Amino acid sequence: MNIYWNQQWPAHIQYALFLADNALILAQQHSKWCGKGPILEQDIALSNIALDYLGQARNFYQLAAEELNQLEGVQFYTEDSLAYHRTDRNFVNLLLTELEQPNWGHCVLKTFLYSSFASLVFQKLMHIQAGELTAIAEKSNKELAYHKRWSQDWVIRLGDGTAESNTIMQQALNQIWPYAGECFIPANFETVFWQNHPSFFHELEKEWMDYLQTIFTEATLQLPAKQAWQTGGKQGIHTEQMGYVLAEMQYLQRTYPNSVW
Amino acid sequence: MNYTEQHIWELLTTIADPEIPVLSIVDLGIVRGVTLYPQANEQGFAGEIIITPTYSGCPAMDMIRLHINLAMTENNWPKLLVKQQLSPVWTTDWMTENGKKQLQAYGIAPPQGKAINETYLEDAVVPCPQCNSTHTTLISAFGSTSCKALFKCDSCQEPFDYFKCH
Ligand SMILES: [Zn+2]
Repeated sequence: MNIYWNQQWPAHIQYALFLADNALILAQQHSKWCGKGPILEQDIALSNIALDYLGQARNFYQLAAEELNQLEGVQFYTEDSLAYHRTDRNFVNLLLTELEQPNWGHCVLKTFLYSSFASLVFQKLMHIQAGELTAIAEKSNKELAYHKRWSQDWVIRLGDGTAESNTIMQQALNQIWPYAGECFIPANFETVFWQNHPSFFHELEKEWMDYLQTIFTEATLQLPAKQAWQTGGKQGIHTEQMGYVLAEMQYLQRTYPNSVW
Repeated sequence: MNYTEQHIWELLTTIADPEIPVLSIVDLGIVRGVTLYPQANEQGFAGEIIITPTYSGCPAMDMIRLHINLAMTENNWPKLLVKQQLSPVWTTDWMTENGKKQLQAYGIAPPQGKAINETYLEDAVVPCPQCNSTHTTLISAFGSTSCKALFKCDSCQEPFDYFKCH
């Protein structure tokens, strides 16, 4: 029996997998839009962003595989086995990343929420000595700056646009917002990872929410009334959507196990 | 031994970035080091070359690794270990002046100013590589490859790629 998630693994490995899973699943959801963007330039923009996330995911998976392979008595892992051989219960990505993207509003809003959240996390990773994890964070953060800027402009343009674009953006926000809180509600591996920085999650929530509020105000969008946050992704308990995402992404490796180019 | 680290650096200047064929990997600034071992190691590597990716998802890295060892083989030199290193992070500030000239001549506007200044693309003044006019407009922050943005020239009306500061 192959083991693809174990809560006994060191926290920094679980954390690397969390960051890898977020980037991979968002890359997969964005890639589905390739060829369907509203105009050619924006289609290319979203595809480029998907490629950046795929590259970031590869770096995090390679690191996780390397570290896992140094543990005693484990099977041999690769970036591909971690991406293609795990089931939904082994994935620990944020629910936010797996949500459907039925229209452009969802595409830009998910990019906006994820890139602004990840950028804050990566900046904090750059200030602690976390070895290769810090190096990947520093590399990724330069790319996230472009994603954040691009998606922020779109959120403002559509929110503060026509009555129709505002309605579509507001609906997207109403649907996606309940999944935002999971970003700053720590899972066990995160609490352990950040144990020397106890104020991390509190600061993250405050800085992120202040920034989001500024942009949503400029975009004339209303944050939905306070409600319970949707959580579970980081514990491997996903939305119905996740099964469809993995079925498509892992199809080839499930049908022809270990096949290569 | 009939070659030195200097010879290998010279060889690397003949290897082009697969996506921008006029720019060598040395001019692009992604070669961070060349070291020859006193003797070949157990895996048969005579030394190592350290390269750093431009963007995380850059698909050219695997190709560059292959091209380096093909070039070594053509010279009848032993294979070198090509290592990828993420830190310190690559920046367009490492692109050589020669590289910037090559880009310009090829029709791609080279990065303007220092990456560290973080000027937003909307505010950057990017001269047109065709007519040198500074009346240019950003069309999209994301272009044909990860490293480029798309601009248009308001003087000669031509669209062009801009290698964005990073
Ligand atoms: Zn011109």
